[in-house]
Amino acid sequence: MAVQPWAEAGVVLVSVATVAVGSLGLRRARTTGDFYVASRAVTPAWNAAAVSGEYLSAASFLGIAGLVLTHGFDMLWYPVGYTAGYLILLALVAAPLRRSGAYTLPDFAQIRLGSTVVRRTASLLVVLIGWLYLVPQLQGAALALTAQTGAPGWAGGLIVCGVVLTTVAVGGMRSITFAQAVQYWLKLTALLVPAVVLGAVWHGRHDRLPASADTGWLDPLGSGLDHPLYVSLSLIVAICLGTMGLPHVLVRFYTNPDGRNARRTALIVIVLLSVFYQLPTLFGVFGRRYLPELAGTRFADATVLLLPERMLGGLPGELLGGLVTAGAFAAFLSTASGLTVSVAGVLSQDLLGRRAPLAQRRQRIRAFRAAAVLSLAVPYALSLVGARVSLAAMVGLAFALAACTFCPLLVLGIWWRGLTAVGAMAGLVVGGVLAGFAVLTTLVVAPQRGWTGALLAQPAAWIVPLTFATMLGVSLATRSRIPAGVGRVLVRLHVPESMISELPSIDRSSG
Amino acid sequence: MTERVRLTHPRTTAARPVQARPPAREIDELTVLGELYLASLMRSQRRAAFGVCLGAVGLLLVLAVATAEFPGWRELTVAGIRLPWVLVGFAIYPVLVGFGGIAVRAAERNEREFAALMRER
Repeated sequence: MAVQPWAEAGVVLVSVATVAVGSLGLRRARTTGDFYVASRAVTPAWNAAAVSGEYLSAASFLGIAGLVLTHGFDMLWYPVGYTAGYLILLALVAAPLRRSGAYTLPDFAQIRLGSTVVRRTASLLVVLIGWLYLVPQLQGAALALTAQTGAPGWAGGLIVCGVVLTTVAVGGMRSITFAQAVQYWLKLTALLVPAVVLGAVWHGRHDRLPASADTGWLDPLGSGLDHPLYVSLSLIVAICLGTMGLPHVLVRFYTNPDGRNARRTALIVIVLLSVFYQLPTLFGVFGRRYLPELAGTRFADATVLLLPERMLGGLPGELLGGLVTAGAFAAFLSTASGLTVSVAGVLSQDLLGRRAPLAQRRQRIRAFRAAAVLSLAVPYALSLVGARVSLAAMVGLAFALAACTFCPLLVLGIWWRGLTAVGAMAGLVVGGVLAGFAVLTTLVVAPQRGWTGALLAQPAAWIVPLTFATMLGVSLATRSRIPAGVGRVLVRLHVPESMISELPSIDRSSG
Repeated sequence: MTERVRLTHPRTTAARPVQARPPAREIDELTVLGELYLASLMRSQRRAAFGVCLGAVGLLLVLAVATAEFPGWRELTVAGIRLPWVLVGFAIYPVLVGFGGIAVRAAERNEREFAALMRER
């Protein structure tokens, strides 16, 4: 493909700006607390923009349009699910989780169940979900750079790794909160402006889709996949319930000062996502008309990037192409840095070496930086192998793994006092092993046809109930081992902070 | 130091005066009554939270099945766009925001009621 100077300029600009904002935060990150979570002094509006900025990944920015172009109507459930996931998170998890004082999912497991084994298992799952989510970000970067500049396949992912590591190493979360909030608005602009221009062009030409050839594409269940209704329903379940288990999303909610603000942040996130997710659908439809040759190919994910050039041509097309490429890189960078911070935090605290609260701050930060390198190196290596599935489908598998493991842990942990460590552990093992098997089979073995393929590619609808049932059943069978301090933990989770401060004997030390 | 001891007749037959213990203290010490206060807070919050979730996910699933299984209304259009595309591509989002607003208001109302209960006496 032709070299696009404006696209190159966009990539350079976004990368430099991200590092610059990151190093601005360097001077302000004084304590380890600052370094990790920006000291929780962020308003809901800023925090919501940061959550959205971090959340809108390669799958949202590029993947949805590519899926809509290829498969049509059924793929609209992806963005709907991505948004509804925050509604579930808002209603079930946001405030209690913030009040628990947990910074990560393993922290929550420890606070609620007091079990190191469950904590370790949760840590392992965080790393697996994080890596599964990072691979498509790096593949998206490779694809975007190749499509726009003809750069070799390894370059895009390497740029993202380099920028993320620099930002994470120098600034920690404080700078990232700020950078992420800006990234949301950048991504919205980078899709909104081209969408308005291309929409005007479409309207001006009185364009129509080639309707006769596209009846299946326009219709529900016309995606050409096996058992499309099951696939749609299971996808909705996976994304709605998986959002609450995404490691980088959860950390962000810790930045809220209290539970009330955590809920309000989630509500603003739903508004911001609702605005954004109208746009990829438009690109998918325009792509069906102007880039039909991409349908079903690897470059379907590049629809958003290639469309301005195709519809407009000349300098305006190149400029808008540069803008969407910049937006796409913002998407890779923001999601990848959020995931890297979460995975590295868990790796350095729980999985590599012993947890050393007494270790010096410098040592801990050095361990964190080393873990950050590791948390990017593995998915980068995997991203070079090549993919059998599209960006959005791969991210969908990460959601499914989160839904099959962390969703039952969080929902039962917060709302049911009968959960025991044994029950939680059994559920995590059942859900993790089954979902892990489904994900591996889908990614490594050739895609299966028929029911086997559908059940493995969209495993949430059958594994999530199994995990819930396991946790409930085993917990009931081990009722004598309900953690002793459960009442105190539940008070902390559910009673508003303003009242907790009047209760002298509730432990607030880790909140 | 000698304690001053009062020798009185135990009023075993009379009802003991009700002690004025603030509810917040019951919660703090997690007495039987405190556990009951906590359980009632959790119950009201659970009802609100799961209600919103079931409503929203139920709506999505119904919409998915309705667009899939009842082809009759697929051909209807709004401003030249087919109705299922309008509903799932665009119109569903304000509805999700609305559900979110309901969730926030219900949860905060439950918390206000709980706080009022705790401040009694």
